[in-house]
Amino acid sequence: MAGKTLFDKIWDRHIVSQVDQGPDVLYIDRHFIHEVTSPQAFSGLENRSLPVFRPQQTVATADHNVPTLHQHLPIKDSLSRYQVDKLTENCEKFGVSLYGLGHPFQGIVHVIGPELGITQPGMTMVCGDSHTSTHGAFGAIAFGIGTSEVEQVLATQCVLQYKPKRMLIEVDGPISAGVLSKDIILYIISNISTSGGTGHFVEYGGSTIRDLSMEARMTICNMSIEMGARGGLIAPDQITFDYLKGREFAPSGSDWEEHLSKWKELSTDDKAAFDKTHHFDATDIAPMITYGTNPGMGIKIDDKIPTPEQANGERKALEKALAYMDLDSGTSLLGKEIEYVFIGSCTNARIEDLRLVADLVKGKKKASHVNAMIIPGSKQVEAQAQTEGLDRILEEAGFQLRQPGCSACLGMNDDKIPKGAYCVSTSNRNFEGRQGPGARTLLASPLTAAATALKGCITDVRELI
Amino acid sequence: MEKFDTLISTCVPLPIENVDTDQIIPARFLKATTREGFGENLFRDWRYDEQDKPKTDFILNHDRYKGAILLTGKNFGCGSSREHAAWAIYDYGFKAVISSSFADIFKSNALNNGLLPVEISSDFLQFLFKQTSDNSETKVRIDLQKQTLVTLDPHFSESFDINPYKKHCLLNGFDDLDFLLSQKEKIVAYEETNN
Repeated sequence: MAGKTLFDKIWDRHIVSQVDQGPDVLYIDRHFIHEVTSPQAFSGLENRSLPVFRPQQTVATADHNVPTLHQHLPIKDSLSRYQVDKLTENCEKFGVSLYGLGHPFQGIVHVIGPELGITQPGMTMVCGDSHTSTHGAFGAIAFGIGTSEVEQVLATQCVLQYKPKRMLIEVDGPISAGVLSKDIILYIISNISTSGGTGHFVEYGGSTIRDLSMEARMTICNMSIEMGARGGLIAPDQITFDYLKGREFAPSGSDWEEHLSKWKELSTDDKAAFDKTHHFDATDIAPMITYGTNPGMGIKIDDKIPTPEQANGERKALEKALAYMDLDSGTSLLGKEIEYVFIGSCTNARIEDLRLVADLVKGKKKASHVNAMIIPGSKQVEAQAQTEGLDRILEEAGFQLRQPGCSACLGMNDDKIPKGAYCVSTSNRNFEGRQGPGARTLLASPLTAAATALKGCITDVRELI
Repeated sequence: MEKFDTLISTCVPLPIENVDTDQIIPARFLKATTREGFGENLFRDWRYDEQDKPKTDFILNHDRYKGAILLTGKNFGCGSSREHAAWAIYDYGFKAVISSSFADIFKSNALNNGLLPVEISSDFLQFLFKQTSDNSETKVRIDLQKQTLVTLDPHFSESFDINPYKKHCLLNGFDDLDFLLSQKEKIVAYEETNN
């Protein structure tokens, strides 16, 4: 008999009922909300005079639209202030825990869930944000939903979903010095394309993945959506359990042992079949950088931008992207002068990312023309960085350390990259205008971003280590 | 939700692939706390320059193409989960989007708002782009009940897939929340068994 994948096991045990010839009613263990995709959902509840069904399974934070400086002062932009206040008002009215501005747990939603031990193996989790896939790193089914679905989950703790197909992506072999998990996922997407995962839920496996820390695994799962996948997960193991033990909302005492024994059963059966499989050799992975206007348009840092002939039938798209980015096919990106460096976002703003950057820049100074911003993913990451003295190291190197929020990942607050300017960013999307109208984003790992800030131009970090 | 049954309209062609939701509705317009008014900012940075003047080379600014159907390249709606993208398209006046593929989250968001995503073969899509380019008055008939897309003159047609549950919801104007609320007993029973 064919076995089941981990994805199948978790999905199937969360089915409440099935619609005839239709979707599954999927029970949701944890629902994260933030200020941008929740107000219309709460209004919907109000219009129907409904309460939040399970407020104790709902957690809120303010992250997308908050300023990253002077957070103790009222938000200057009136629309932003109204939206953030609306979240506070809604959480109070409906009895939902809010880790908002001023709270020691505040931060980017996909950073705080895991660090607080709210995210746990075997769970189903949703949020009105596509990078919810991040939580899959714990062996959870976690995916992004729209505001109407947020309303459904608030009202019933369930969402209607068609079960996606299953994809296995295996990466084996040792990674080379200077290569991080961000490079692994950019490499994968450049091979599979931004629609290569559409209709599928991914499981990542292989020795390379197994050797990664939890934070590194989160970076990989985070960008599952960028290949069009519904989400991505990594089976839990001792690395997962060690990360979780002792966290604020993780089980403790005898509860911990009980959960642990259930978590240890969470794996894909040997004979399980996936609908699609990809294998990659980690020794082929180098530091990556994107050159175009979707995350799949990436190359190894020392490769040349593809020519239209190499574009695999995507000639028109390549030409449009290069016109927007004002870059030329067949050229190298190394040495290209860069004005902005952004180290932050739910992809790469955790303590390990900050440690890697601090290690590289210690005792050195960024290039004088570069604006280098570091946005820690949460108040806890910020506090940890201060305890370790990373803040001093980073500030001495000329990096501006700001306060937690999504910031320039999507430029919804004041942290926008100006028109025409290039920004090497540790975030997850390089779409036209993503970081500000006319902004030109190049996605990279925290090490590549830091190396670029030091040299003032796109740099292969392997030359500095 | 508005019912969707049959739609006969001319098409507005946007022959670009991988149109992401940041183009459909840029992040700075997500500050609104209601569902209304997003149509004004549909494709904002493709439609208007920094002085807020309409860009003459963008399709929505041409008088030549009008209609309730958006015709677009593959992988439409990729990127962010913002439902505001579906709201913007619908509020602008489109009732259906035709492409050879849609990003998953966008597809759900569209269906939840009475905006029909019609998935056809890439050959038929190229044919429609050509027809529309040759004749901006090309009319198309989308029949949800029959699941067909037909060009009216000359007559060509293709069937499209849609899951039966969603089809039923669109034809009747039902939304998922009503259905889920009807499942409350089962949900509570599930919780009791699983805790």
